Amino acid sequence: MPKGIIGKKIGMTRVFVGDKAIPVTVIQVEPNYVVNIRTPEKDGYSAVVLGAGSRKEKRTPKPLKAIFEKAGVKPLKTLAEFPLKEGEQPELGQEIKVEDVFEKGDLVDITGKSKGRGFASAMKRWDFSGFKKSHGSRYHRAIGSIGACSDPGRVWKTKRMPGHYGNETVTVQGLEVVDIIPEKNVILVKGSVPGHTNTVLKIKESVIINRRKGKRKLKRAKEAYAS
Amino acid sequence: MHQLIQEIEKQYMPADFPEFRVGDTVKVHVKVKERNKERIQVFEGVVIRIKGSGTGKSFTVRKESYGVGIERTFPFACPSIDKIELSKRGKVRRAKLYYLRERRGKAAKIREIKEWELRKRAQESAAAKENQ
Repeated sequence: MPKGIIGKKIGMTRVFVGDKAIPVTVIQVEPNYVVNIRTPEKDGYSAVVLGAGSRKEKRTPKPLKAIFEKAGVKPLKTLAEFPLKEGEQPELGQEIKVEDVFEKGDLVDITGKSKGRGFASAMKRWDFSGFKKSHGSRYHRAIGSIGACSDPGRVWKTKRMPGHYGNETVTVQGLEVVDIIPEKNVILVKGSVPGHTNTVLKIKESVIINRRKGKRKLKRAKEAYAS
Repeated sequence: MHQLIQEIEKQYMPADFPEFRVGDTVKVHVKVKERNKERIQVFEGVVIRIKGSGTGKSFTVRKESYGVGIERTFPFACPSIDKIELSKRGKVRRAKLYYLRERRGKAAKIREIKEWELRKRAQESAAAKENQ
């Protein structure tokens, strides 16, 4: 089984676990299919390529079509590569569901494309605090000073300024899996995830579970949600 | 809201409570945890507000104890509510009874709906359905 899966953001709600209300993001994970397998002999590492969603046959490029045909699956919309869990070998064209990959109380990292905000001010983009709204102030949301005078005589590199914000790949680490509902192909994850509704998300096993903090979080999450 | 979210919220909703409206007097049995003991506390008062939907739906109960007004808001989906009893049906003309906050004693009383009034209402709504 792979260490991750492709899903779709549906929206947020809250659920009660024990006595506590937990904010969750609802992610729909339709069955994924194994499209390709990377092996150490052929590619130098082992992984699987999963595919999800559907696309029209005539909108599929021929090279991709050949890959899908080889795997024996219909043309799929999104493809993504995930490492494999140790000692497991999936087959080409195999169907993979959420409940095979994750269980309640797991920690996951979620990658998606954030909402595009266009050309945004430094207040929105970098959380600058801005200036007075009133008391005679005529300078409200602008950036302010961007450096000193003739020494250094230029603006420092990486100076945080207004510019294009959002619409970039963002990963949120260490989110807790609150619930998995196999009959609806749904996974509930605590907290928010990048992007708008219907955005494609890659859900992976978290990298923080090998850290001290991550281990603690994992233990607590298992206690809270696994039973 | 997405249909899928609504379905999921339904799964998380608890056993059905008696249907009550704003203006009704209810007894809410709340589970209270003290160390590792659990007991049940009853909070009785007038429902002054019902708001939200799905798992976010909540209601607020107001009562007066020792001359101090107390309001408590409960989510419908809250698992620490043991049960809700409906003790009186109130006749009100507003969806939110915030005006009760400025009233004390008899002025804060809500007229009760009598049995026969409820029956008459049910008959009328049934008749209206037949006419359609």
